[in-house]
Amino acid sequence: MRTRFFTIAIGLLSLVLFLRLFNLQILSDEYGNLSLKNSVLKQYVYPERGYVFDRNGTLLISNQPMYDLMVIPKNLKVFDTLDLCEMLRLTKVELEDRLYKAKRYSLRAPSVLLNQISKQDYAVLQEKMWKFPGMYIQRKSVRQYHTNVASNILGYISEVNNYDIQTNPYYVKGELIGRQGVEKTYEKILRGKKGVSYLQRDKFNRIIGPYKNGMLDTLPTAAQDLTLSIDIALQEYGTALLANKRGGVLAIEPNTGEILMSVSTPTYDPNALVGRERSTLFEALKKDTLNRYLFDRSLQGQYAPGSPFKVLNALVALEEGVVDPKMSFKCYGGHYYARNQFMACKCSPGSKNTLNKGIYRSCNTYFSNVYRRIIDKDNAVEENINNWHNHLRSFGLGNYLGYDHPVGQPGYVPNANFYNLWYPNQRWRGATIVSNAIGQGEILMTPIQLANVATTIANRGYFFTPHFVRGVQGDFIDPKYKTKRTTTISKEHFTHVVEGMADVVRRGTARVAAIPGIEVCGKTGTIENFTKIDGVRTQLTDHSVFIAFAPKDNPKIALAVIVENGYWGGRWAAPIASLVIEKYLKGTVKRKWLEQRMLNGSLEAEYAKVTSNKPFEINE
Amino acid sequence: MNKYLRFDWVSLFLYLILVGIGLANIYSAVYDAENTAIATSFMQKQLISLGIGLILIFLFQFIDVKFFERYASILFLVSIMSLLGLWVFGTEVSGARSWYTIGGFSLQPSEFAKVGVALALAKHLGGFNTQISKPRDYMGAFVIMAIPALLTILQPDPGTAIILLGFFLVLHAEGLPVFFFYAILCLLGLFILTLLIGSFGTLIIISVLATLIVVLQKKRIAKKLLRPVILIGIVCAAFTLSVSYIFENVFEQRHRDRFNILLGKEVDMRGVGYNINQSQIAIGSGGGFGKGYLQGTQTKGGFVPEQQTDYIFTTVGEEWGFFGTVVVLGLFTILMLRIVKTAYKQKNTFSRVFCLGFACMLFIHVAINLGMVLGLVPTIGIPLPLMSYGGSSLLAFSIFLGIYLRMYYQRIQ
Repeated sequence: MRTRFFTIAIGLLSLVLFLRLFNLQILSDEYGNLSLKNSVLKQYVYPERGYVFDRNGTLLISNQPMYDLMVIPKNLKVFDTLDLCEMLRLTKVELEDRLYKAKRYSLRAPSVLLNQISKQDYAVLQEKMWKFPGMYIQRKSVRQYHTNVASNILGYISEVNNYDIQTNPYYVKGELIGRQGVEKTYEKILRGKKGVSYLQRDKFNRIIGPYKNGMLDTLPTAAQDLTLSIDIALQEYGTALLANKRGGVLAIEPNTGEILMSVSTPTYDPNALVGRERSTLFEALKKDTLNRYLFDRSLQGQYAPGSPFKVLNALVALEEGVVDPKMSFKCYGGHYYARNQFMACKCSPGSKNTLNKGIYRSCNTYFSNVYRRIIDKDNAVEENINNWHNHLRSFGLGNYLGYDHPVGQPGYVPNANFYNLWYPNQRWRGATIVSNAIGQGEILMTPIQLANVATTIANRGYFFTPHFVRGVQGDFIDPKYKTKRTTTISKEHFTHVVEGMADVVRRGTARVAAIPGIEVCGKTGTIENFTKIDGVRTQLTDHSVFIAFAPKDNPKIALAVIVENGYWGGRWAAPIASLVIEKYLKGTVKRKWLEQRMLNGSLEAEYAKVTSNKPFEINE
Repeated sequence: MNKYLRFDWVSLFLYLILVGIGLANIYSAVYDAENTAIATSFMQKQLISLGIGLILIFLFQFIDVKFFERYASILFLVSIMSLLGLWVFGTEVSGARSWYTIGGFSLQPSEFAKVGVALALAKHLGGFNTQISKPRDYMGAFVIMAIPALLTILQPDPGTAIILLGFFLVLHAEGLPVFFFYAILCLLGLFILTLLIGSFGTLIIISVLATLIVVLQKKRIAKKLLRPVILIGIVCAAFTLSVSYIFENVFEQRHRDRFNILLGKEVDMRGVGYNINQSQIAIGSGGGFGKGYLQGTQTKGGFVPEQQTDYIFTTVGEEWGFFGTVVVLGLFTILMLRIVKTAYKQKNTFSRVFCLGFACMLFIHVAINLGMVLGLVPTIGIPLPLMSYGGSSLLAFSIFLGIYLRMYYQRIQ
């Protein structure tokens, strides 16, 4: 007899099982998470996305219901596929493919058969739902735009991608994020904060009730509404004026820095990017490299500023004391700035131009001389150009302005290093880079920078960082939009320049911009520009540009208009600016003839030249 | 001594606690908040079985142990007949013809056969002239075990067959030649080795070991050893080859999968490895003190299959944690040790062997069931005694306990 055998065996068994249990339940912590993953469904509760209003309280963006057709494959019965296909506008193959995918995902858990069904389709579908057991309609919320302009400002929302998920732990797959425009900038304000509810599910992935009776659940934080600084009526008007023309209009309220309008044409209806057709339309917009719908010309378009830049050179020259307002230069319909190098001008030969006349006649000769005096002063070209560069930087040039929109370009203002690279060993001086005098050359500016220059001049020396936000429910606005940014130019020098700009409209290059009863100050520009056609650098018709503010004293609006390939400034840009000013300050436009000309005018023929594959004339 | 004090209240108490814990966990395992009627009906059935079991236990206290000894052979025959009767009257449930259906109740005769075998073995070993060390006697004992085991294998219910063969431990404890014990250990080792590294590798290991044993001895002894070593080597080799043959050709894929998963040769947590994986997740996620009664997420979600029967321990593990599982394990250990202790206090061999048989049954069930649930042995579908849902098993163990309690009471008389 082995009397100890069973006792030992039982003891050993208990020990082994005890150790195994200890290992499984106490030492290892991997199983806890596994079981949670298995059986607890974390479901988010989303607050409704915030509304967006314009400066006058007009609703711009709200939310609208969209409908997803859901299917639980296990509950499907035989149904009329043809009928369903017709209603959903699917082919039978597509439908079967979707059903197969749903089945493969799960027989018992619901999956989306067709997403984002519009209200119209929903109305039809809903009445026939009884015919399709195993399917039901799930409501969800998408954006609704109450305007068909301003898509460049408002932006859009879309599902988060892998990058968003990796960089921002807040988001999980399938959630929406502001992708562009103020939707992106003010994402946190507009989205609020989602809540979480934990649900218990069974092995078939079906929900069988709240987990721990909702003890761990959190409530969502409501989203806030956003009031923008833009005037949607003005935005619509500006968009209409720029119809069939490529370009931008950007207007700023000088004493606040609030952006009143920011038009970029051609544009698209923001509602196009909502709903089931979104991806096809988006692709189409994205692929159009000629119209460049998704390119915001007023924020991203970097142009040589052209003649409006002359006023900046005038200001720098006055500040540096290299010219006197009364000093005059003679223009012979242009001048030689170097041997065999002639810069033409529109002045009649023999004109004597002072600062005032130089501005309102936009005399190239005058500003060449001014510029050379700035750069060549005491022969310290490097120091002078860096000085000039710093003055311009104080206007917000050559850098991002810091506004609350995700897109933008810094523009460019050259400095000494730049030219030392181009012309080593000090082989450059004022005359070498004289194109800068008239805003051609190496300088690049965006329309918002131009508008901001107009704002600064209107304010006689300072500006607020331009911004699209006017108010947030709950009152928070970034304090940087309330901080004055003062330029390096003394206030008194602005008086001469403002007077010159007033004369531009009174008797100069932009008499067309005059509005009875309002003193408009402006500066036209005609920008030479080039493109590459089949690898050949080709000059195109000049851009038409105009910066303005009004009224002259206590200005209410400052703006920049650029019309690509519109030829001279007074042809398109100045009238458009003038009409916008009239509309904004007076509410209605009296000059119907001018309005009609702008509304109906088209530059499509001009744009077609580039792609015509034929030689063409410019500046016709 | 007061006759009530002579009664083994402790074992009865342990039995009641374990059944009680079992009932509570069965309720949780089948609980559905929306339809409590399901859980209630499970409870009712199990409570009826418990009631019958308690009545039997009570009745057995008035039957002399001599009666069981006298009619052991007949009871054994009855259980054999009931197993044979399955071929005619049995109901097939999930591929195995192991059940009689009477009214709304199902009976599994193989459960009762365990009692029959225990009685028959006890009677056989308790015989006047029986000596377990003699080949004639131990062969008789083997036959008693083999007949019902064979019948259950044919049902097919290999799990119960393995349990019945577990009576071998009783024989070993009673003094079966130690050769059998080592032989079985050796064959088990070879079995696992073959599955792990294949028959070829095992054959190499066998031959290397055999050669080493012979070569390392002194010449004189080596000569003597040569013949038996070769003989054993050939038997081992034959066994290895037959194992791999049986494994590949006789076993069904599901059996192969069970072994492969346990040996870590296959990882498929959604398919064949699902049970074992989910039961470990359930137990592991319980942690120290569990998720609380009726709060187990694995349990509620129905992730563990057969949770109220063979996998009842996962509910304990998930909802009561380490605390709960150790309590249950402790209760089983105390009960088993107590039965073994009682066995060796018996004056006659019949009672001793029967008590050891009872302890042995508990031991094998606990070892295989908990081993399976905790992922230590392959999936073999047998219930956890007293706790799993199922009337036959509970009744069979109640009968065991009833007879045991009478033996405890009677030994002092």
